[in-house]
Amino acid sequence: MPTVAVNTSELFHILGKKYTFEEFDNLCFDFGLEAEVAEEEDGQGEPGQEQFKIEVPANRYDLLCIEGIGRALLVFLEKLKAPRYKSVPPASGKRQQLKILPATAQVRPFAVAAVLRNIKFTEESYKSFIDLQDKLHQNICRRRTLVAIGTHDLDTVQGPFVYDAKPPADIKFKALNQTREYTASELMELYSVDSHLKPYLPIIQDKPVYPVIYDANGVVLSMPPIINGEHSKITLNTRNVFIECTATDLTKARIVLDTVVTMFGQYCEQPFVIEQAEVIQPDGTTLVYPELPYRFETIDVSDVNKRIGINITGEAMAKLLSRMGMESEAINGGQNVKVEVPPTRADVLHFCDIWEDVAIAYGFNNLDWTIPNTNTIANQFPLNKLTDLMRAEICAAGFTEVLTFALCSRDDIADRLRKDISTTNAVHIANPKTLSFQVARTTLLPGILKTLYHNKNMPLPLKLFEISDVVFKDDKKDVGARNERHLVAVNYNKSSGFEVIHGLLDRIMQLLLVPPAQDGTGYCIQATDDSTYFPGRCADILVRGESVGKLGVLHPDVITGFDLNLPCAALEINLEALQ
Amino acid sequence: KFTSYVISKGSNFSSSVSKQEVELTPEMISKGTWKEKSFKEYNFNSLGVMPPCGHLHPLLKVRAEYRQIFLEMGFTEMPTNNFIESSFWNFDSLFQPQQHPARDAHDTFFISDPANAHEFPMEYLEKVRQVHSKGGYGSQGYGYDWSLDEAKKNLLRTHTTAVTARMLYKAAQQKPFKPVKYFSIDRVFRNENLDDTHLAEFHQIEGVVADYGLTLGDLIGTINAFFMKLGIKNIKFKPAYNPYTEPSMEVFSYHEGLKKLVEIGNSGIFRPEMLLPMGLPEGVTAIAWGLSLERPTMIKYKVSNIRDLIGPKVDLQMVYDNPVCRLDK
Repeated sequence: MPTVAVNTSELFHILGKKYTFEEFDNLCFDFGLEAEVAEEEDGQGEPGQEQFKIEVPANRYDLLCIEGIGRALLVFLEKLKAPRYKSVPPASGKRQQLKILPATAQVRPFAVAAVLRNIKFTEESYKSFIDLQDKLHQNICRRRTLVAIGTHDLDTVQGPFVYDAKPPADIKFKALNQTREYTASELMELYSVDSHLKPYLPIIQDKPVYPVIYDANGVVLSMPPIINGEHSKITLNTRNVFIECTATDLTKARIVLDTVVTMFGQYCEQPFVIEQAEVIQPDGTTLVYPELPYRFETIDVSDVNKRIGINITGEAMAKLLSRMGMESEAINGGQNVKVEVPPTRADVLHFCDIWEDVAIAYGFNNLDWTIPNTNTIANQFPLNKLTDLMRAEICAAGFTEVLTFALCSRDDIADRLRKDISTTNAVHIANPKTLSFQVARTTLLPGILKTLYHNKNMPLPLKLFEISDVVFKDDKKDVGARNERHLVAVNYNKSSGFEVIHGLLDRIMQLLLVPPAQDGTGYCIQATDDSTYFPGRCADILVRGESVGKLGVLHPDVITGFDLNLPCAALEINLEALQ
Repeated sequence: KFTSYVISKGSNFSSSVSKQEVELTPEMISKGTWKEKSFKEYNFNSLGVMPPCGHLHPLLKVRAEYRQIFLEMGFTEMPTNNFIESSFWNFDSLFQPQQHPARDAHDTFFISDPANAHEFPMEYLEKVRQVHSKGGYGSQGYGYDWSLDEAKKNLLRTHTTAVTARMLYKAAQQKPFKPVKYFSIDRVFRNENLDDTHLAEFHQIEGVVADYGLTLGDLIGTINAFFMKLGIKNIKFKPAYNPYTEPSMEVFSYHEGLKKLVEIGNSGIFRPEMLLPMGLPEGVTAIAWGLSLERPTMIKYKVSNIRDLIGPKVDLQMVYDNPVCRLDK
């Protein structure tokens, strides 16, 4: 969930009231935000300047800056009417132009642009402007892979602008905060040790051409998505801002552009009036941005009432929606509400997004709590029912239950059990952070042996068990893998206690009504070889002729491999085969 | 100076030495000799001998309690015994877009072998493709190119909601639709940074109701009934965001010890973009809520490090000493 750090003094100034933390927390709770007092160490503001960290929903790009949060809360509190965002051609009549050249299709095909005319920055709003771009980059732009934002001092450059893609050696400019010009290849080298920019290099590094935007005089504005040029950088004195967003996802680029201009349009001389720019496509067509789309949706008042479980008038509903930032009015004698979805609400995809806002403004905690009339007879999942019955019985037999991890290292299910990994039929994980998550376990033994290790000082004998799932590859399943419910039990003591484990097996079979029989009508055990077990002390468990598991005394190398030192008898069976 | 004492026979005076018996023996009973013996006083202040017994794992005792609560409320248990899931069921069918951060390799465990799922209900898959890329069913959609390759990628499921999706799809194929109440409590996997309260694997509890005309009030009422059985009253709901539910609500309750509201669960109404492509009738709403098994257990048993509760580092003495699980006490 994205968080925005705000200075409380600025926040209260915007809201027109000094809140206690509790009051503000309650307001956030009702609206759907979460606030906490920022610790000094978070290092965002000046020392001594109190800050709140406000967590905002991941789909609310319009709440990623103090301007957006303040505006939304004021509208929610009915202290402000939602502003109308307009995009207009410039006073001179001639729009700024950004021409997209065909080479960009190889690396980053889309671009949009707009102008913030006669804007006035303060230190706070300037910082907020940079922060918003950063948040959008991390969030909807998916760390600049989908969209990258570049903002420039329009008065330092000359349109028309060109968006091209050139071989790295052919791009040379003075990048932001640099003192001399570098080629793009040199910049890649330079930034390979810059912790802030390094993560973005792979986005274009291996491409034959890199994106670049330059003006009519060849001055480079930016090399998206890596870095802007020093020449056009924004300062506190900047009055006119040229915004360009390059992208691999056009939908998101449009949302990002609309977000930046609606948020910071408030500082323009004509607030919320954004100057249009033209983007000429490679095929010659011209698109005008920003779009700032408003659309109307009509909702049925009684339908919304039914879905929430309330009974309010169309007028009341329209008022609630207006408080949520969507100007609305009751129509058709109050039977419907016409809702205007503004460009700041890109999160509104469907009617359900609208009626949710009605419910939020009404207050979730003001609703009547009802129990649905859904009459159903419950069924247990048979395997889980059997598992819980067996857990209780094995516990009654004197064994203690453990709960271990389903993920482990390759060694755990292979080398440490004296088996080869290729015979395990295990599912392998692609991106483990550590060795502990290399595979999904194919046997419950490693987990229970590790538990023994961590409890070596407990009184003997240690009799442990677990009934849980292991995982195998399986072509017959739609995903190519299946779970299998296993039961494992160990007896760890000065003497191995094979007879103890064998006795438990007999008890399990008795509980499942499988009689002992050598002729294939019940169960029996048959001596077998298995590298995990001590030679001559291992047996296959056969139920009606089929092997359902093994029991035996663990091989000393297995014991020492798990850092244990006493003999151990173990039993592992496939419970599903005994259902 | 002389000191003199006057001594007289007390009631217990005897001219023979007798030892006090410790225990009643079978011989004493059959011969009746107990009548002539005196027995040593018991020390009732000491402890007895603990019977030798097995013990169930504390977390799984809590799981059994939750299972019981759902069954008492008429919820049927879903088959969740599949840790490996395809991105399609885990994300796409839930209307979670393909460029969503949760699908990043640093949040999700992807599988290298078997890397891809190979079977899908193709008619339904095309509808999912449509609603993601172009919209429909009353939705604007996300406006991006939906990729089948992305949907095929196998992963360790990040939530049991993937199983809920499969079950709702199955329920939708049954004509006419019959309302359902489902639950599950099973393992999920997150590739996040680990700390005292976070592990790569934990258990998720999920409840679902799908029926005609369910309201937000019904969701709140059902969740309230569920938490009442846990002894938790006075819950509050806060607007939240999940990619696959709208409205979404976080569930809070007042923690006496911490003196503040703590989050105890998440809930919502599944989006139409998820239900309609499955073929569920228009008037059917599906409400759902979930919470983790570990968190309330850690709070109840005052465990501060999750590794003390789940995994091989569990202290067996804690398991031996753990009381019966009564969630409403």
